[in-house]
Amino acid sequence: MLAARVIPCLDVHEGRVVKGTNFVNLRDAGDPVEVARRYEQEGADELVFLDITASHEQRETIVDVVRRTAEVVFMPLTVGGGVRTIEDVRTLLSAGCDKVSINSAACKDPDFVARAADRFGSQCIVVNIDPKRVIRDGEEVWEVHINGGRKPTGLMAVEWAKKVESLGAGEIVLTSMDADGTRDGFDIPITSAVSEAVSIPVVASGGAGCPQHLADAILLGKADAALAASIFHFGQYTIAETKQVMRDAGITVRL
Amino acid sequence: MITIVDYQMGNLRSVQKAIERVGGEARISSDPSEIAQAEKLILPGVGAFGDAMAELNHRDLASPIRDFVASGRPFLGICLGLQLLFERGFEHGEHEGLGVIAGDVVRFAPAPQRKVPHMGWNSVVKKHDAPVLADIETGTHFYFVHSYYVRPTDPGVVALECEYGEKFCAMVWKDNIFATQFHPEKSQADGLKVLAAFEKLPATSNAS
Repeated sequence: MLAARVIPCLDVHEGRVVKGTNFVNLRDAGDPVEVARRYEQEGADELVFLDITASHEQRETIVDVVRRTAEVVFMPLTVGGGVRTIEDVRTLLSAGCDKVSINSAACKDPDFVARAADRFGSQCIVVNIDPKRVIRDGEEVWEVHINGGRKPTGLMAVEWAKKVESLGAGEIVLTSMDADGTRDGFDIPITSAVSEAVSIPVVASGGAGCPQHLADAILLGKADAALAASIFHFGQYTIAETKQVMRDAGITVRL
Repeated sequence: MITIVDYQMGNLRSVQKAIERVGGEARISSDPSEIAQAEKLILPGVGAFGDAMAELNHRDLASPIRDFVASGRPFLGICLGLQLLFERGFEHGEHEGLGVIAGDVVRFAPAPQRKVPHMGWNSVVKKHDAPVLADIETGTHFYFVHSYYVRPTDPGVVALECEYGEKFCAMVWKDNIFATQFHPEKSQADGLKVLAAFEKLPATSNAS
């Protein structure tokens, strides 16, 4: 049976993991390659690097991080952040990552998703969707935002998810802007609504504060995978103990 | 020395690094004569079946690969590299494959609760003790990412079986041909065991 995936996400800025990490045995807690190695040993199912480097000139840095990571870690690697052109996708894939994640560029130019999927295959094209609960005409809607939740796009989360599936995306990473950073748990209603609306895998993201939240994302949110950052980085929970909690909740995981 | 076929379909570097990790040497090549003369050959690949066959034909690689396989030297196909061995693929129309193994490549039919692509770690059932599976047991998880799967005419070539709403072939073994639907180069320690076993096969094996 297919196992639910647990995916640690690392924010990378100028070649370093930011938000801090607390692994005791690491020589350099801020080196993405070392953190990736550690997560692999702990049983991570995949790894996501989010490039939060602001300037275009520093894009080469993430490519180098990918290249060095792919030399020592043998698990699927996704890179997101600032992926705007077919050339960006090609560069990252040839550096050794397996999937690229497209966010703002998909909202601005949906056809970019189709071109990327057509050229490289749906299996390596992930679309990030960042919905936020807003009131429109007295009713709550789940509007997709870009620029870290600052800029509304007019797109509605469920419809947009169906649209990116039809464009050829192979997977969706769904980050609720309301839940992100709260550690109060994933946004279950949005996650289950999107997951049930599409037939491609959905990764729940944003809000993980404890292992039970990841179990909830799978069981209640109907997600295929759960992504988390800070609960792993700060050494609060290991991936292995998180998976144990998920297994105890009746979820198939790879232990 | 293992030769990895480069036909512009996917992440070859990961395969090369994984071979190096298990103590082997691998070179990436798109040269038909190097491929024809390789000691061992790996055909990796991700993407669409039709595009991949077009690339192989365009680069004059289809015949050298068929000749290599027929020579009895160890061959490993990975993901699309497994699917291309078959007679026909039905991804975006019908396409002729390399025809080394009898059977078709078909899409997972739409089904409730079944997301496509089949993406993630799934466990396998061992049907045959292929030489590269000496250290692999039933229940081992490997990393899969695919929307199509192979249906061999002869069920006897299925070395590993997997289940995703229905049972499907996760690995083929026929004489000197080993080919996995999963990605051993992305399957951490267990994937490396398969690659290590392949790397250690005698170069001039006539496994039949």
